Amino acid sequence: MRPVEVIRGKVSVLDRADVDTDQIIPKQFLKRVERTGFGEFLFYDWIRSGEIELEPNPILLTGRNFGCGSSREHAPWALQDFGFEAIVAPSFADIFYGNCTKIGLLPVVLDEQHCRLLAEAGEARIDLDDGTVDCAAGVFPFELETDLKHRLINGLDDIGITLQNAGAIDAYESSGRAAAGPVTTAL
Amino acid sequence: MPRTMFDKIWAAHEVSEGLIYVDLHLVHEVTSPQAFDGLRLADRPVRRPEKTIATADHNVPTDGTPAARLIADQLSRVQVETLERNCEEFGIPLYSLGSERRGIVHVIGPELGITQPGMTIVCGDSHTSTHGAFGSLAFGIGTSEVEHELATQCMVQKRAQTMRIDYEGSLGHGVTPKDLILATIGRLGTGGMVGHAVEYAGPAIEALSMPGRMTICNMTIEGGGRAGMIAPDETTFEWIRGRPGAPEDFDRAVEGWRSLPTEPGAGFDAEIEVDASSLSPMVTWGTNPGMVVEVTDAVPDPESLEDGPVNPETAKRALAYMDLRPGTPITEIPLDRIFIGSCTNSRVEDLREAAEIVEGRKVAGTLRAMVVPGSQQVKAEAEAEGLDEVFRSAGFEWREAGCSMCLGMNPDTLSEGERCASTSNRNFEGRQGRGGRTHLVSPRMAAAAAVEGHFVDIRDWS
Repeated sequence: MRPVEVIRGKVSVLDRADVDTDQIIPKQFLKRVERTGFGEFLFYDWIRSGEIELEPNPILLTGRNFGCGSSREHAPWALQDFGFEAIVAPSFADIFYGNCTKIGLLPVVLDEQHCRLLAEAGEARIDLDDGTVDCAAGVFPFELETDLKHRLINGLDDIGITLQNAGAIDAYESSGRAAAGPVTTAL
Repeated sequence: MPRTMFDKIWAAHEVSEGLIYVDLHLVHEVTSPQAFDGLRLADRPVRRPEKTIATADHNVPTDGTPAARLIADQLSRVQVETLERNCEEFGIPLYSLGSERRGIVHVIGPELGITQPGMTIVCGDSHTSTHGAFGSLAFGIGTSEVEHELATQCMVQKRAQTMRIDYEGSLGHGVTPKDLILATIGRLGTGGMVGHAVEYAGPAIEALSMPGRMTICNMTIEGGGRAGMIAPDETTFEWIRGRPGAPEDFDRAVEGWRSLPTEPGAGFDAEIEVDASSLSPMVTWGTNPGMVVEVTDAVPDPESLEDGPVNPETAKRALAYMDLRPGTPITEIPLDRIFIGSCTNSRVEDLREAAEIVEGRKVAGTLRAMVVPGSQQVKAEAEAEGLDEVFRSAGFEWREAGCSMCLGMNPDTLSEGERCASTSNRNFEGRQGRGGRTHLVSPRMAAAAAVEGHFVDIRDWS
């Protein structure tokens, strides 16, 4: 994962609430077995029908509950592949938010009023370390969990971090705290 | 201090702060190929293949294609064959095309008895919340997390907040668990449960069968919830008893499971009460599951939604997409297609309920109706009871198991402009096919709509 520190540039606006992952990347494009090449299918139906236009700017600004629906990581892959580096919205669906952070696509939560001001400004500088969105309309703070921020700024791989802790997993498994559970290979 | 069921399961699985041990990982063809690639690139094995199981469900044809190599659609074929190769290479048991145990991943876990109380379960699919019906903690995850889980048998998770929804009273005649959860999402909105593990409780929940409980937990994600849960009880234990994955020392396991339910006085971050007896059969009118009304209502005027969870602007666009006018009675909406299936409503009990409605009747006019059992075992069981004949005689198509038209990744899709009554979980734009229009309902409501060609109030329909 590439480290994320400062994202600056123009803002693309998608002024819609409850945008679901079926719109972000329709299911017919989920059949690929690769991680790349999803950008051209982003918002496929909405863009093809002329319903929306989107420039591949560094920042996408959108409405509340963005990314609701399926757990498909293809949605953040498509947004990132299209060119977005940060998504700003008043709120995100949980799984989508988590998926973004796994690939270094920065989700930024700003309240509705700040989102409106950012849309008017049209351009911004997002500083992850400071936790601020700096635009012509002002400097707006945003929250990001400390561990997550550390991981994003340093571009760290979750698996690598967890495996540094492999001893704790071994200990858990042999501690008796772990339930035996069903054995799938014995069914 | 009294603890919630969520607290207990979380504490029992915390390896270190924010690192949760996973007891069962369910894998399917769509969200796993890139995860296995990641493992190969880093030369990492699957840590616990014996706590992992895979099936092919999302884009398999439902026409009886007997083997992956015979799937007509090239991309689907590659994806299922890739799953077969990956499972072989990493030693993961797989039920692929041709297996009697194949089926929708959230149907086969409970069916095999490997979904059990107190477990942590993950799957690269948002409807993993289904498994919470057994008093387990089950999360939908993305592909990076699938890879993480395969490599470490753990997931990195921030502790969720907790919510309890208490359903007093009992469901009225013709009102089903599907209606209960649709009504709940309608009230809270599609973002109403975000950040929360939701425990469904109260007499109306305790009275439900396991399939009914699964339907409710399944749709937790449509309210934005991280996980849905229901306390295990005798109904739960009886479901698991005798299934292939049931614990060998069953009585001892049950003893442990009895200690799981939330203790009296335990605190939740949010508590909501619903009078179950006030609920009616529900029908969605828009393009998300929160856009829902009672069958006796009319399509709402977007301007009237100002104070509710549905954004009026979104509602206007939804009505344009759905080609519906405010004020149209729900029972006057004509239909082109009926889909009975999906991880929400495709178990034998769902099929029995629908069959009871269509028995001795015919599907209306030019309407096309389809039943897709949730698993090959569900199919076999239904056929043993003669349900397939009931559906076929009425004019329904009787298919092989799969996700099918819930998400239309396989050839089962709606055409542009077609309107469908569907027992699935999402009515998003284009979900069942580009330009297709989906109304979510219970199996009984879908079956009755198939006969009449439009929605009817199942309570006074005979």
